[in-house]
Amino acid sequence: MKLEYIGLSELSGSLIALDGVTGAAYDEVAEITLTSGESRMGRVIMIDGERVVLQVFEGTHGISLENARTHFTGHPMEMGLSPDMLGRVFDGAGCPIDGLGALYHEETRNINGGAINPVSRQYPRSCIYTGLSAIDATATLIRGQKLPIFSGSGMRHNELAAQIVRQAHVAGEDGEFAIVFAAMGVKNDTADFFRRNFEEAGALQRVVMFLNLASDPIIERILTPRCALTAAEYLAFTRGYHVLVIMTDMTSYCEALREFSSSKGEIPSRKGFPAYLYSDLASLYERAGLIHGMPGSVTQVPILTMPNDDITHPIPDLTGYITEGQIVLDRDMDQQGIYPPINILSSLSRLMKDGIGKGYTREDHPDLSNQLFASYSKVKDVRSLASVIGEDELSEIDRCYLRFGQAFERVFVQQSAFADRSIEETLDLGWKLLTILPKSELDRVDSATVAAHYVENAYQTLLETAK
Amino acid sequence: MNDTQYAIRGINGPVVTVVGGRALGLMDMVHVGDERLTGEVVGIKDGVTTVQVYEDTEGLKPGQPVTTTGAPMSMLLGPGLLSHIFDGIARPLTEIEQRSGVFIGRGLNLPSLDESALWQVTMAVKVGDTVRPGTMYASCPETTLITHRCLIPAGLEGKITSVAPDGEYNVTQVLAELTDEAGKVHELKLSQYWPIRTPRPMRERMPIDRPLLTGQRVIDTFFPVGKGGAAAIPGPFGAGKTMTQHQLAKWSDADIIVYLGCGERGNEMTEVLEEFTKLLDPKSHQPLMSRTILIANTSNMPVAAREASVYTGMTMAEYYRDMGYHVALMADSTSRWAEALREISGRLEEMPAEEGFPAYLASRLAEFYERAGYIKTLEGKEASVTVVGAVSPQGGDFSEPVTQNTKRYVRTFWGLDRALAYARHFPSINWLTSYSEYVDDLKPWYDSNVSPLFVPYRQRLFTLLQEEAKLMEIVKLIGADILPEDQKLTIEIAKLVRVCFLQQNAYNDVDTYVPMEKQFKMMDVILTLYDGAKELVEKAIPLSQLVATGIFETVNKMKYEVKNDELGKFDDYKAQIRDVLNQVIRTNS
Repeated sequence: MKLEYIGLSELSGSLIALDGVTGAAYDEVAEITLTSGESRMGRVIMIDGERVVLQVFEGTHGISLENARTHFTGHPMEMGLSPDMLGRVFDGAGCPIDGLGALYHEETRNINGGAINPVSRQYPRSCIYTGLSAIDATATLIRGQKLPIFSGSGMRHNELAAQIVRQAHVAGEDGEFAIVFAAMGVKNDTADFFRRNFEEAGALQRVVMFLNLASDPIIERILTPRCALTAAEYLAFTRGYHVLVIMTDMTSYCEALREFSSSKGEIPSRKGFPAYLYSDLASLYERAGLIHGMPGSVTQVPILTMPNDDITHPIPDLTGYITEGQIVLDRDMDQQGIYPPINILSSLSRLMKDGIGKGYTREDHPDLSNQLFASYSKVKDVRSLASVIGEDELSEIDRCYLRFGQAFERVFVQQSAFADRSIEETLDLGWKLLTILPKSELDRVDSATVAAHYVENAYQTLLETAK
Repeated sequence: MNDTQYAIRGINGPVVTVVGGRALGLMDMVHVGDERLTGEVVGIKDGVTTVQVYEDTEGLKPGQPVTTTGAPMSMLLGPGLLSHIFDGIARPLTEIEQRSGVFIGRGLNLPSLDESALWQVTMAVKVGDTVRPGTMYASCPETTLITHRCLIPAGLEGKITSVAPDGEYNVTQVLAELTDEAGKVHELKLSQYWPIRTPRPMRERMPIDRPLLTGQRVIDTFFPVGKGGAAAIPGPFGAGKTMTQHQLAKWSDADIIVYLGCGERGNEMTEVLEEFTKLLDPKSHQPLMSRTILIANTSNMPVAAREASVYTGMTMAEYYRDMGYHVALMADSTSRWAEALREISGRLEEMPAEEGFPAYLASRLAEFYERAGYIKTLEGKEASVTVVGAVSPQGGDFSEPVTQNTKRYVRTFWGLDRALAYARHFPSINWLTSYSEYVDDLKPWYDSNVSPLFVPYRQRLFTLLQEEAKLMEIVKLIGADILPEDQKLTIEIAKLVRVCFLQQNAYNDVDTYVPMEKQFKMMDVILTLYDGAKELVEKAIPLSQLVATGIFETVNKMKYEVKNDELGKFDDYKAQIRDVLNQVIRTNS
């Protein structure tokens, strides 16, 4: 017998409330049927005695207090999973929208996932080469890491993400790659851009897409990353794929969460975001990783646009506290036409220290990357001094730094969207750049390493090639 | 058992309301629902009891039963805590993995200790002994480093009326019986329960008079924390809070480390677990894990358990302190705990104070940090709990409530700085915003254990850095070339202090841990160079001549060149400095 509750007692935003309900479980999924025959999905978000509050995924337009019948399904929000998901396109709530029919699933799983036991985790150590010098040398991506891209509106983060997807590989590594792409509140063009890119790279058969576009309901947007990560975990830990998850745009996700929270009447915290924003984001980001004794991996590259380019805004701020580093794009560099406009100094990969150097990339990698950071951070000081006293007044050393900074941005960071530099190329390029500075300025590298890699005036050839 | 039936009425995230009966006490531990999820009573009003649940509440239904344990949230303490990893409410994660697989399951009511493990127990009492709280009645080797001492718990006093022979026992077996004045018999086992929110008793507090040595120069020399003291590390993300905490956990000279990962990354806990199993303690050459307890409530584990995790960690720390050990508790990060308080407070619909945090934030922080201390135990031994709390201020802004309130209850403040981290100056402890109030208390210790010159040297370096900061304001405007020679010298030496002394490379085998004596000798070499160079400048010899000799670079590299066991080499450096100075003077005369 199918038990249904007729009518509602309250409607507010995307929420509906029912009275006189017995036996509904917290977080359970309900089916709401309208008299028109239309059916919508909802989820229990609060129970108080016999009163139950549901959020309706597709929105509450067209629902009245009398035209709805609610049926509680008795299970939490679940999603069907099968390897056939590869190559398919789903909406934000995990229903196929590519016209290829329903997915024949092998199992269903709760989309909220579970917390991975820290004891079961395997510490990530294998480096993923992206072919981008700015990432490989100074903010190395590690398999199983969560490394977000902090961008701003109008910057070329999508191109960067697409390039990472095209070029990412692990040296001498077997195992199959898969990509899970979750679009949250992005414009149709952006979703299309990614689809085209996957197609051009011949990767479409390895991609699972979850699309919640800007005009789609926000409640679905809250489910989108959860569906995507459930699919990613299945492909990784059950099917053995190395999964790269691209989630864009986390800012839209957080704003959906804020809208939802305020419609529930919750006490807002910073900038109106709910107090549980940190826990909520963590429940997504922490689903990256490697597990002992399981073949695959989940690596996350979430993209977020910093409102007003402000890195201290709650969204990038809380994200940075959870993720293992960040790649920060820089408005100035973008305006100078530098692609990728990666701000080296504020970018960071926390897992890099254990995945580079001897036995991983190359022995000199850690020292070199430290030295590049240290030297480039001096460039910033010299530039601000030059803007006060003029370049002519600078000391000889300071002028070297200016030249180094220029070359670093133009030759090292900058590269074409289709240039795939090997790690050796990148590291050699780094050493060549350092020869612009006198040997005595290299205070982060021991003398033996300097002797092995520092060739006086090697930068001359570099500048000529650059021309 | 309670004769009253309790049932769930409402569910909102981790907050569950319960009806039925009036016997539930505030802070009582309860089991909620058919799956018996662990929870704690946080409010009682008009016949409705509010419970915060330490596990995911998905699938709970109104009407499901709630049972009470009749006691406040407690944990089982005994041998088997060391070298293990627990969740926020002290359940062993290794055991959880065996029960529920790689994803943490629900309703696993596991004791913190492995009840099947056998310990080699030596009894310390005999029948007829009169015992008081704090008397040791048994001991057993817990790890290769630590002997576990079982003490009569607070509140028990009387005569021992039966004793088991020495031998192998597990934590549930009765080792001895104690009969109190009223004639009641109490069983003494290897383990005992303790409510986590109650500070464990001690005989008296003692003044803090010795430092917690960490082998980190900027900490030991500039901003020390005393054993039994409290320190805070605030910093924006990426500034190196966790890295600093790891360094302290690895190298500090505490007997026992409780490392509390509160709302942080899962991979970080895995890293600590992997690394500490391999790394050896510098003194005992045993794996670091054998003196470490890990508590992990990662950011995606239930938020209410995050709130409890700091008390779990503190209770374990105090338990080992009572055995006479020096314990250091590293809490990373206390902000996540404060945010958990805020989140639950919001669900309870309490009136928010500053930035949405509950008004009791300050008093909770105070209660926590005040559980640190250098004390005399009930048994009469000296022991301590040192607390080092990381703070993750929103947006890196130190004026937010958690940082500000924490500052009031700690006496050492290591302010991490984003600009230093960007320049890869690690540890990125900003020497201008950080402070330690312990320096005066510790001066007698430095005088007798390092050198009477230690504190004056420290002050001289500190003054140099402050002068440099002022000069840099000018340099920013006009460049360094125009400064007079003595100021140029200040800048050169301060740079040496920053790069050579304050920066410390955690990945370099020689530099990652530096004993006090080496720290002192490094200061000595730097100041020798400074004093010599000052004489040159007074003789109107340009500083550039001295710089050209490369002596600054040589001194700069000394931290890598001189190993911790060949400190005699520093005399060679001083000799070399004298030679170079004489040479420069000769060429000018």
